[in-house]
Amino acid sequence: MSGSSVLFDAPGPRAKRTYAVVGVASVAVLLLILWFVVDKLNEKGQLTAAKWEPFLTGEIWTEYLIPGLIGTLTAAAISVVLALTLGILLGVGRLSSSAWIRWPCSIVVEFFRAVPVLMMMLFSYALFGYYNLFPSERLPLAAVITGLMFYNGSVVAELVRSGVYALPKGQGEAAMAIGLTNGKAMQLILLPQAITAMLPAIVGQLVVILKDTALGYIITYEELLRKAEQIGNYKSNLLPALIVVAAIFVIVNYFLGVLAHRVEALMRRRGRSAGGPLAPEQVDRSAVGGAVAVGVTADAAAPDGTPGPGN
Amino acid sequence: MDVISEFFSEYDGLGAFKTTIYLTLLSALLALLIGTVVAVMRVSPVRVLRSMGSAYVNIVRNTPLTLVIVFCNLGLFLQLGIQLADPNSPTSIDDNNFRLAVLGLSVYHAAFVAEAIRSGVNTVPLGQAEAARAIGLPFLKTLRYVVLPQAFRGAVAPLGNVLIALTKNSTVASVIGVTEASAVMKVMMENRPDVIFVVFGIFALGFVILTLPVGILFTSLSKRLAVKR
Repeated sequence: MSGSSVLFDAPGPRAKRTYAVVGVASVAVLLLILWFVVDKLNEKGQLTAAKWEPFLTGEIWTEYLIPGLIGTLTAAAISVVLALTLGILLGVGRLSSSAWIRWPCSIVVEFFRAVPVLMMMLFSYALFGYYNLFPSERLPLAAVITGLMFYNGSVVAELVRSGVYALPKGQGEAAMAIGLTNGKAMQLILLPQAITAMLPAIVGQLVVILKDTALGYIITYEELLRKAEQIGNYKSNLLPALIVVAAIFVIVNYFLGVLAHRVEALMRRRGRSAGGPLAPEQVDRSAVGGAVAVGVTADAAAPDGTPGPGN
Repeated sequence: MDVISEFFSEYDGLGAFKTTIYLTLLSALLALLIGTVVAVMRVSPVRVLRSMGSAYVNIVRNTPLTLVIVFCNLGLFLQLGIQLADPNSPTSIDDNNFRLAVLGLSVYHAAFVAEAIRSGVNTVPLGQAEAARAIGLPFLKTLRYVVLPQAFRGAVAPLGNVLIALTKNSTVASVIGVTEASAVMKVMMENRPDVIFVVFGIFALGFVILTLPVGILFTSLSKRLAVKR
């Protein structure tokens, strides 16, 4: 139950009339805006069949959109795997009892959360190029993946940490009581439960990674946005191409968001973890790239009170 | 180190960071404005408004920021000829790009601001809205005098996260030619690839300096401003 529905009573006859009037008025305003947009598009000749027809031909899809989508998904998939690996290592490192491990991991995590992903990409692009670390056709992909890996790795590290903190204290204490070492307790008891609890948040993070691959456009990586520009140059229909690509992004990401909520509901039902599942929104807030500890938002976002992409 | 003096003298690094700060602050104000309106729409009793609000949030949140910014330049400006600066002024192109970037950044972050405020609304106990209705306040007054003031105080921490994200995301404005920090960093790296780590370090440090105090400030504000219950 979201708190919003108690802001107003069940409407009586007069309120119903007011709501209807406001509803009609807002639809009218929306239509007016739409009409203005359509009129403007029409005036600039953006609505002609010639601009939109290419998207019905196979060529645009097989030569541009599908390779672009594959480029986007490749970068996202590799980054996810690397970010998860790095994130779990850093997250466990930050929880280590040895200060010699804890401090470097903390510094790395905080640093990469404060640096914009784009700057990290530009830096890796220049670095790999200068030292010839990758063949030139692989350079943009390598730079995109490096940028995404370090940023999202730090986000995942924070998730792991808050996942472990969210577990009841008894879990760690019980592990100690049966004689497990710190490392074994983490590996056998805490981490599996924390990762299970994190799963919805990790799926939510996929949306962020997928969106951020579009930054690759800036360093000439061949992803959807770059392909949209190429379509625009080829068929001189840039605006329609951008709109189609935006629609592809929205659809893919929307379903990822729905998936994240399904996973969260599933986790809640199965209850494999001693702590509750972390809602995707806890990441979503860092989604835009927040740098405040996830732990802070974790208290603010009670599982029931979090807004979901579906409603 | 000569590269550090180059940062100040030759490349106007401070000016670049000033542009970053301007971009961030202007976009933050505009995003707060749009975001509040969207958040109010999303909790309103009128179903059409609610659907419009969630449509906005769902579409914008799932679109890459790079696409939004590129769209502002290539779509709005080049294709539709929408100018946000006086075409006759000598700095017309720069001004126009800057304003388009502000527009793109605020439209994008407004969706996240709306979500933050809505999560703030969720921190307000039911009794508050019920009491407001009991004394006869209509919906808008309930929001204005009772719920929103508490919701903003509850939303300080997530709003701070959005502001930090906005600071970092302002780098994307370089894609349409705004000379902010990352654009200058790129040029410096191209000219001085031998000291690439130092260059990256300087700019990264700049962002740490920009975002760290904001994080600390908003965390302490969120504790200080939280409504004691």
